[in-house]
Amino acid sequence: MLDKHKKVEKNSILLLVLIVVVVSVGGLIEAVPLFRVQTTIEKVQGMRPYTPLELAGQDIYVRENCSVCHSQQIRPLRDEVERYGHYSLAAESMYDHPFLWGSKRTGPDLARVGGKYSDDWHVAHLSAPRQMVPVSIMPSYDFLNREGLDLTHIADKLRALRLVGVPYTDEMIENAYNDAMAQAHPETDSAGLTERYGTKVQVRAFDGNRDMTTEMDALVAYLQVLGTLADIRNYNPDLAPPASQDKAREGEGK
Amino acid sequence: MTASAPATKPVFNDHIVRLFTLAAVFWGVVGFAAGVFIALQMAFPGLNVEPYLSFGRLRPLHTSAVIFAFGGNVLFATSYFVVQRTCQARLWNDGLAFFTFWGYQLFIVIAAVGYVLGINQSKEYAEPEWYADLWLTVVWVAYLLVFLMTLKGRREPHIYVANWFYLAYIVTVAILHLFNNPSVPVVITGAKSYSVWSGVQSAMIQWWYGHNAVGFFLTAGFLGIMYYFVPKQAQRPVYSYRLSILHFWSLIFIYIWAGPHHLLYSALPDWAQTLGMTFSIMLWMPSWGGMINGLMTLSGAWHKLREDPILQFMIVSLAFYGMSTFEGPMMSIKEVNSLSHFTDWTIGHVHSGALGWNAFISFGAIYYLVPVLWNKKAMYSTKLISVHLWLSTLGVVLYITSMWVAGIMQGLMWRTYDALGFLQYSFAETVEATHIYYVIRALGGLLFLSAALIMVYNIRKTVAGDSQPAPALQPVSGSV
Repeated sequence: MLDKHKKVEKNSILLLVLIVVVVSVGGLIEAVPLFRVQTTIEKVQGMRPYTPLELAGQDIYVRENCSVCHSQQIRPLRDEVERYGHYSLAAESMYDHPFLWGSKRTGPDLARVGGKYSDDWHVAHLSAPRQMVPVSIMPSYDFLNREGLDLTHIADKLRALRLVGVPYTDEMIENAYNDAMAQAHPETDSAGLTERYGTKVQVRAFDGNRDMTTEMDALVAYLQVLGTLADIRNYNPDLAPPASQDKAREGEGK
Repeated sequence: MTASAPATKPVFNDHIVRLFTLAAVFWGVVGFAAGVFIALQMAFPGLNVEPYLSFGRLRPLHTSAVIFAFGGNVLFATSYFVVQRTCQARLWNDGLAFFTFWGYQLFIVIAAVGYVLGINQSKEYAEPEWYADLWLTVVWVAYLLVFLMTLKGRREPHIYVANWFYLAYIVTVAILHLFNNPSVPVVITGAKSYSVWSGVQSAMIQWWYGHNAVGFFLTAGFLGIMYYFVPKQAQRPVYSYRLSILHFWSLIFIYIWAGPHHLLYSALPDWAQTLGMTFSIMLWMPSWGGMINGLMTLSGAWHKLREDPILQFMIVSLAFYGMSTFEGPMMSIKEVNSLSHFTDWTIGHVHSGALGWNAFISFGAIYYLVPVLWNKKAMYSTKLISVHLWLSTLGVVLYITSMWVAGIMQGLMWRTYDALGFLQYSFAETVEATHIYYVIRALGGLLFLSAALIMVYNIRKTVAGDSQPAPALQPVSGSV
């Protein structure tokens, strides 16, 4: 072994090539099948791309790096399911570029925070966390109330996401700005928005301020949709996944 | 230097090594200070100043400053120093080497300014946005070229073991960076981009990257430091050549598989989780093989440990390396991980490696390098090196013990049920209970930072040429 290794020690290019080969094996075996195996992402009803307002909210979540303190990944452990709700499915983050599962819970998990608290609570809590939870160590985000939401590139955002696989339609992209405004302004006509994203889309003045569309509107809209899309109630992992049922049915048809 | 020095000694490019060494010391202090500040923010949340100085924006500033700015500059400095000495050749292309210095510092500044302004990808240890990533790619290719061409131009028949590790670190970090960071900018004139990977695939690739940033940046690269500077400081050959070969290939092969241990019990498919856990446990063996090779290099020279604080820094770093590479595999076992994951135990684990291993071996190497690079007999004060060692060791111990207690406490409180079968504690109660440990942790960090400032003073005095106040305590080496 030592004699053969001398060859490697005397040839820098050979050493380089062997290193590349040796370090490639593990990554290839672990990552590549995830793109191929059908069972990686469960088929579950209800998942849709984020509305433009929710997406703008997610961008703020990313900008403020919320995921360093809040996970979005409920593990299938008894206490977590009781504390946070049904364990997270892979399908639930399929439109997150990148994933926001997090690695640390300085604050609680947010995977299913949508609908748990009122908009008012979120606005008050984000503005002054210790007013709502005295022992909280969360930074305050009061400035979101004053910061107008920048929607200049919202259509470009949808377009970029479509390029990486999120199924936004031409119509969604064309109407991105209007849809964002419609969702934050309940007094306006939101028929187009609900037609494109479904009737369950929440249309409200999320920050309670009707005069201005703020970053707070977007962030709260995002928080309120978290974990509410997938139809967990009708999801049963012990049954054959719907994908294979579809195939079985196709077979019957033939 | 090496056993078979050629007749004509090459003139080494030490200027570039001096630059990187100074940059390492500078960024080290910045990174430690940022760490102390965000540790204090967790103990006293009033220290958050929205929007620019909130924890979320400063946390990547801290991690990038210590890993990529401090650690990265140490790796550049030592790899450029070691490759020249062990190849008996001048660093290839002065101009390109100079470019890697300023190019890399520019990357650090671009990334740091971005974080404070709210520009980040929310991918841990890969926070910089697309334009900074592209720039880093250019710098890194230049680094690989400089290093590889110097190896090719060597005047020694064999490539020394430290260089295997340096080469593996440089090329693997390039691969990791390229596959983790592809993204589509929203507009070409804007900072924001979306990763091409999403959801579960994004998670797998990110932690393949994240774990191997530890494995190759913070481990393979720093093992390169160990394989040169420990033998030099101890003036003994590496303990076992055979073990070096085994250590090298098994470490780089196994490390790359361990990423999924960051995703246990997540929505990542079970088969991938199990692979990650299995290889993480296997990783214990090559890790300890490396530690033993470093420690046993002192065979027959253990007495030097009594009087040489530089050697003490290196040996303590190996002890911490051994401890954290045992702790890591243990935490990768699913049952342990179900308790430790998401808690401060992970933070403690990272810091026993980052402070105890990476920073300590770096301090040892810096104390070795400074007198050599500035052509002095020894460091200004050996006693102050000793003070640095003990203060920072105390800091690390405070840090990791407080985080162990905090982490295990959080994990247990989250899963405690009362007599009626309800969850006993609200989340807020676990936050409240952690307060005191955050205070102790910040104190540990403060000690570590203060000790580093003593090093800065010592280096200043050495470079200025002030004489040693206590020559009796002069270390055995340091002069060439």
